[in-house]
Amino acid sequence: MSDTSEVVLQALERRRAEPTQLLQILREVQEELDWISPETTHSVAAGLGIPATQVESVVQFYSFLYEQPRGRYRILVSDNITDRMLGSLTLFEHMLKRLKLRRAEASADGAVSVDLTSCTGMCDQGPALLVNNRPVTRLTARRVDEICDLVRGDVPLAEWPADYFRVEDNIRRADALLGSRYEPGSGLRAAIALGRQGMLDEMKRSNLRGRGGAGFATAVKWESCRNAPGAERYIVCNADEGEPGTFKDRVLLTSFAERIFEGMAIAGFTVGAANGLLYLRGEYRYLLEPLEAKLESMRRDRRLGASICGAQGFDFDIEIHLGAGAYICGEESALIESLEGKPGKPRIRPPFPVTAGYLGKPTVVNNVETLVEATVVALQGGRIFAGHGTRHSAGTKILSVSGDCARPGIYEYPFGVRVEQVLKDCGAADVVAVQISGPSGICLTPDEFRRHIAFEDVPTAGAFMIFGKERDLFEVARNFTYFFAHESCGFCTPCRVGTTLMRDALDKIADGRGSRYEINELMRLAELLRRTSHCGLGQTAGNPVRDTWLKFRPAYERRLIRGDFDPAVDLDAALTRAREIAGRDDAGAHIGAEQ
Amino acid sequence: MSESAETPALPKVRIATTSLAGCFGCHMSFLDIDERILDLMKIAEFDRSPITDIKHCSPCDIALIEGGVCNAENAHVLREMRANAKILVAIGACAINGGLPAMRNRLDVGDILNEVYRDLDGVQSHVPNDPELPLLFDKVYPVNEVVRVDYFIPGCPPSADAIWKYLNDLILGRMPRLDHSLLHYD
Ligand SMILES: Cc1cc2nc3c(=O)[nH]c(=O)nc-3n(C[C@H](O)[C@H](O)[C@H](O)COP(=O)(O)O)c2cc1C
Ligand code: SF4
Ligand code: SF4
Ligand code: FES
Repeated sequence: MSDTSEVVLQALERRRAEPTQLLQILREVQEELDWISPETTHSVAAGLGIPATQVESVVQFYSFLYEQPRGRYRILVSDNITDRMLGSLTLFEHMLKRLKLRRAEASADGAVSVDLTSCTGMCDQGPALLVNNRPVTRLTARRVDEICDLVRGDVPLAEWPADYFRVEDNIRRADALLGSRYEPGSGLRAAIALGRQGMLDEMKRSNLRGRGGAGFATAVKWESCRNAPGAERYIVCNADEGEPGTFKDRVLLTSFAERIFEGMAIAGFTVGAANGLLYLRGEYRYLLEPLEAKLESMRRDRRLGASICGAQGFDFDIEIHLGAGAYICGEESALIESLEGKPGKPRIRPPFPVTAGYLGKPTVVNNVETLVEATVVALQGGRIFAGHGTRHSAGTKILSVSGDCARPGIYEYPFGVRVEQVLKDCGAADVVAVQISGPSGICLTPDEFRRHIAFEDVPTAGAFMIFGKERDLFEVARNFTYFFAHESCGFCTPCRVGTTLMRDALDKIADGRGSRYEINELMRLAELLRRTSHCGLGQTAGNPVRDTWLKFRPAYERRLIRGDFDPAVDLDAALTRAREIAGRDDAGAHIGAEQ
Repeated sequence: MSESAETPALPKVRIATTSLAGCFGCHMSFLDIDERILDLMKIAEFDRSPITDIKHCSPCDIALIEGGVCNAENAHVLREMRANAKILVAIGACAINGGLPAMRNRLDVGDILNEVYRDLDGVQSHVPNDPELPLLFDKVYPVNEVVRVDYFIPGCPPSADAIWKYLNDLILGRMPRLDHSLLHYD
């Protein structure tokens, strides 16, 4: 058993006892002590000179930090719809039963706990789980049994079969980005040759738009940051990749990490920033060491650090921060809050990050893929880049394909590709729906499969989930709504309350007690969320229900009651306890179903 | 004025009101419309309501429900009002969310009854079991978990102006809307 104060002291020292490092400190401490005890909370607070409540607010915000002991083996089964389609819930129940556990409760001996978690980004090789933040892929009943035995035998994770932790890239179609050979340092040298203004001009010519979802023109973002007043600037790489069904950044982080880092350095060079931060989602904790090793080797060959590639005044280095299980931290201002060690709640904008971002300094936040594309622009020049794709969507897009198809994985296409082309290439047959860009995106039906993936038609951050003819789209929408209700950060009332009301209404319908009344309420709530939520999460949280009600209405209708309302409560059952205590069983002590 | 040109007078709008598990604050706020109640009486009349002391509801246009549903009697009253009203309105935080009475929802209703009645040494040793008394539900429920609700007027209590505006909108056939000033409590 490690000594709490010793572990805390070491973490504080590594993180220079800076309050902005609070989340990182807690994460590191928990890796050793398995949870954040009140004792830990107090020594961290004392060490940083901040109130204990500030530490608690962070612990309570992030799903992967625990205020209660959750065992030495903390197992989280990925609960995306694609995991469910592969039987994850049965495996989850099986695991609970084998370990004699209730969901999210540590076993009596303090060894293990099992719970569900939002999409872990292993959709093409699920069902997946995380054990102490390490992913186990391709779960089967047998593998689950083996895991239970290993846990019961108290076998350290390091001795578990390496095969469990194998994560494949599954690149099925490569194009300009994934398919090109890359000479390390070539992007940097090309940018240096162009000069700071020259590089910005190429970015403008390229028409590169952000790949994280919103599609904002990258050159405009960079230029605004460069022109914002301030001495220090930051480049942030958004590797939070929380949108269920998206896993392309994971592949880039695994096999194209140096290009990401070079892209960040090129951005730093162009806007005049010397500091880079990469925000890595907690689910990708297993990539931390390989990424740190890459950074080290890049520092060694002067691709990071002072005077990069010998260019005087080109100084840039990168620090990696880890998230801890919060989808909202992908939203750029929430991400910045999280980088500052706080709960990840979206800021009120303006000011935008380009003028007041990390620590109030001008900051560029870009998606992983966007930054890799910057290396392509540096090498090819903007004009060639703009020549691919469509008029308003230059270049290529990496799609994360999962669900009902023969070959799930990563597909890179020039923008403008038709949905039906992707379906054909991945071997999908009898498709009834495709969910594009995750739960916050759009649900397409076969009559729309000739539409194009592009900002001007069907925009996407990359997720492409396929549903075959056996699938029940009501359950898909319910899973997505659970996701939003769980991930709402609680900052604004429409989203905090509205997502839960939507979830409960869907549960009532699933239970066979819903009526048109619930449908009306759902539509009203979806509209309210869209209009009045503070950030994109709430604004899009009603989409899955709205889309599937429009396109898969019978899936709802067959669950609805014939009458126009059914109570949410069984009133007679709700009197049971009072009947017992009062010792009554007369007619007045019961209440019938309807008057 | 010729007789035939006269439009037939619209029948008066019939309004029923009740307080379930509430504090009567919403009703008091309703009465704060003061003399405007005389204008209201020109176009409306009351059915079951604390104002008329009518005990059972008959067919009516609008039912205003204050308070949540805490016991069997509340549920009977509410169902009767729903069966009779064309439009049912939940008024105030208690009706909409359970409100203050729902503070007990974290506790077991059996523990509550024992604490209040049985555990009083020497005073009383049993929980009352008279069939006349309505039994408590395990929890206090918002109105919309027991019957269909058509409209909600938020507030604790909603101001007289808010209730007045809402009622007028309903009676005149407009979509009820409260402006920011009528929803702002600080
Ligand atoms: C709820 C929410 C979650 C988001 N998650 C991500 C994410 O995981 N990765 C990402 O790159 N962008 C995400 N975004 C978009 C970012 O806010 C931001 O637009 C993006 O990182 C900008 O980079 P880009 O211009 O390169 O696309 C999210 C936005 C919202 C509203
Ligand atoms: S919309 Fe939801 S996630 Fe966004 S700020 Fe509001 S509560 Fe938080
Ligand atoms: S909402 Fe407020 S005023 Fe109305 S009954 Fe409840 S506590 Fe009383
Ligand atoms: S106090 Fe603001 S929502 Fe309750």
